[in-house]
Amino acid sequence: MEQKSIQFFPEQASTIAHSVDGLYLYLVLVTAFFSILIATLIVIFAVKYRRRADTPTPKAVHGGLWLEITWSVIPLGLSMVMFAWGASIFFTESRPPADSMEIYVTGKQWMWKIQHMEGQREINELHIPVNRDIKLTMTSEDVIHDFYVPAFRTKSDVLPGRYTTEWFHATKTGAYHIFCAEYCGTKHSGMIGTVYVMEPQQFDAWLSGGGGTGTLAQKGEALFSQLGCVTCHQATADVKGRCPNLHGIWGRPQQLTTGASVTVDAGYVSESILNPSAKIVAGYENIMPTFSGLVTAEGVTELVEYVKSIGPAPGAPGSAPAPAAKGAPAAKGAPAAKGAPAAKAAPAATVKP
Amino acid sequence: METVATAVEREPRTYLNVDHTLKSWLLTEDHKRIGILYLIVITIFFAIGGLFAALIRIELTTPAGDLVESSVYNRLFTGHGIIMVFFFLIPSIPASLGNFLIPLMIGAKDVAFPKLNLLSWYLYVIGGSMALTAIIYGGIDTGWTFYVPFSTGYASGMVMLTLVGIFINGFSSILTGLNFMVTIHRMRAPGMTWFRLPLFIWSLYSTSLIQVLATPVVAVTLLLAALERGLHIGIFDPALGGDPVLFQHLFWFYSHPAVYIMILPAMGVTSEIISTFSKKEPFGYSFIALSSLAIAVFGFIVWGHHLFVSSQSVYAGMVFSILSYLVAIPSAIKVFNWVSTMYKGSVELTTPMLYGIGFIGLFTIGGLTGLFLASMGMDVHLTDTYFVIAHFHYIMVGGAIMGFMGGLHFWWPKITGKLYSETWARLSAIIIFLGFNLTFFPQFILGYMGMPRRYHVYAPEFQVFNVLSSAGASVLGLGYALPLVYFLWSIFFGKKAPANPWGATGLEWQIQSPPLPENFEITPVITEAPYHYAPSEEVVHVG
Repeated sequence: MEQKSIQFFPEQASTIAHSVDGLYLYLVLVTAFFSILIATLIVIFAVKYRRRADTPTPKAVHGGLWLEITWSVIPLGLSMVMFAWGASIFFTESRPPADSMEIYVTGKQWMWKIQHMEGQREINELHIPVNRDIKLTMTSEDVIHDFYVPAFRTKSDVLPGRYTTEWFHATKTGAYHIFCAEYCGTKHSGMIGTVYVMEPQQFDAWLSGGGGTGTLAQKGEALFSQLGCVTCHQATADVKGRCPNLHGIWGRPQQLTTGASVTVDAGYVSESILNPSAKIVAGYENIMPTFSGLVTAEGVTELVEYVKSIGPAPGAPGSAPAPAAKGAPAAKGAPAAKGAPAAKAAPAATVKP
Repeated sequence: METVATAVEREPRTYLNVDHTLKSWLLTEDHKRIGILYLIVITIFFAIGGLFAALIRIELTTPAGDLVESSVYNRLFTGHGIIMVFFFLIPSIPASLGNFLIPLMIGAKDVAFPKLNLLSWYLYVIGGSMALTAIIYGGIDTGWTFYVPFSTGYASGMVMLTLVGIFINGFSSILTGLNFMVTIHRMRAPGMTWFRLPLFIWSLYSTSLIQVLATPVVAVTLLLAALERGLHIGIFDPALGGDPVLFQHLFWFYSHPAVYIMILPAMGVTSEIISTFSKKEPFGYSFIALSSLAIAVFGFIVWGHHLFVSSQSVYAGMVFSILSYLVAIPSAIKVFNWVSTMYKGSVELTTPMLYGIGFIGLFTIGGLTGLFLASMGMDVHLTDTYFVIAHFHYIMVGGAIMGFMGGLHFWWPKITGKLYSETWARLSAIIIFLGFNLTFFPQFILGYMGMPRRYHVYAPEFQVFNVLSSAGASVLGLGYALPLVYFLWSIFFGKKAPANPWGATGLEWQIQSPPLPENFEITPVITEAPYHYAPSEEVVHVG
């Protein structure tokens, strides 16, 4: 990263980077060909047909339809390749592999806050293992930010009030830039950081050092009782409280008073904490106060992980069929594209001692 | 005897010398004088916007933020963007050259609504003054895109005044578009059928269509943003139950077509120039004419390509991606037809022609790099980086401003009745072309390397290309300063221009330079196609 020689490309450090650079090469070749073709023709015509004292008025030249069609269809064909190739890469980019390692990211003027499942936190640094699918679930505490890692050729906007995801598979150990790519105010250009891609053993050593305050879900559980959520929301199976029972609720559809249905995911849980009256589960009163301002975005993340951990995971024996891959809250008009956390085995399985 | 001699030498009556008072200018209903009023004000805005750009480029010669503070830097690029987009590029060709030329080119005495035309100018000046006041006193740091919730809840400075200024200016744009459309529909001289219209008129007609249909959307959007900032109404800010991505959809629904408001008139100018200085009718006249309309229509349905990483759905993204490729085809058709117009022509590399072919080259690069950004997987890496900056400057500076400069040099003898120094003008055209490429080409590389836009402080590995870019900007600045000097010089000391210095066939060249206040002594009757250089029986067919 700190090379002194002139660079023309960023490091190629993820699987996506390889595909994007391939597409880039195609685009450069096609566009260079047409640029040179046009420039050459202009120069040739300007020289060959330059006006001399004795040049007569040239005859009119009329084109035919086939010529116009030819120079429309060839560029159209070439550009459809660009479309299909780009769309296929984008499809890959927007579908995190199911067994990705999950990490939460919160953007805030002007810093990146990272939360690992195991409880580790970092600011403006992201430590990840090499050769592993990593999925970031991201939200913002204030304005729109964008988490951009040029060496991975990927970025995604980070929005307040909803979760977006971004995933990558680093192929090379090293340190790479994190940039905020969506203008976010005075210190926008200072909202930068570093991704450290490490060998798995080193990463495990890093992960087990310094932490020790419990997993995200455990922190969420503590927050759950601290905020008094527990007085209305039951967490054990088959106990009815004043508010919906959270046991095994993750990934399942909930019937709302409006007749619509919503799948319980990070976006919905977050919205229910910060803006509880937005969606009321059928059979319950609109009695919950907002916790906006009482709980940080990171706290919401911990609560989300706690809710996810209560009861059997969807798909496990005895649980209802769950359309888990659904996206951010349906009412926000952002369907499946940037799915909120998909169903995953309970995080407890990966907890470090 | 003596009185007769004076009468013979007296200058002919023109729209310039009928009345010299300031009042006669400020209350004029003559489209030609209004065109000049616009020309003066857009030149002032261009100079201010250029000054902001100069400060930005000086700051970026080093990676550290050592010339100004971040808060000032952010105000500089915001001011640069707002001034150049809303108060220079959008009105540039249509309101100045378009105003001057539409009635002349279609054989009319004025536009359809002369008073409305003057009102448009006043709205532009009022809106522009408000925005400029906000930008200079206090400044605003939202970026010209005003993304929420930053602009509604977090930005400091005089955001409200700027939004209101742009809102008022929007009406100027709408009224001008409306005026031009009605003029082109209703005021054409007898025999001036649609397919006898010069291509510049076709491009302005398409532009007007966009101005009338798209501008209200951005006006409403910015008004909502202002209301949200002032009254917290909760349309866009998620903390108030709003949706920030909705703002982006509405904003780009105008602001993408706005790019075509800037580039279509420049394409029209280029069509006129290439034909005149090849002494040939444009190759594929009807394809060039109709491709302008196609661009105007398709331009309305591609806005989502600005939102590939904004959490828009994958499928919506795919639709916008494929439509973005379709809108590129009419542009490709134009480029091929312009080049073919030069084929077997009688090519003269005058100043306007240098701008014309410069436009084709730079617009080609600008358009082709747009193909990178329409490709979704590619765009994820490139969006919000310097690649985007380079791309749209190739379109807006390399395209729209080259077209504007070309048009200004082409019609300057008609507008002022004076000739400028061809030597200096050619020199400046070449300096602008070279300076432009040196400024913006390195930014493509910076973008692929990953340098984000709107960065005051940047990583050291980006410095080399930033220094190249700043060096280019100083060359470009010199190139833009020269015309100011030789144009002013020509007004006072330039040789008198004949009616038709270029030997062009357009209607505007068949009348005196500068024109009469009423344009035509008698209404012309049109009996021929617009570009009748060669006798019609001598036609070569290819293809």
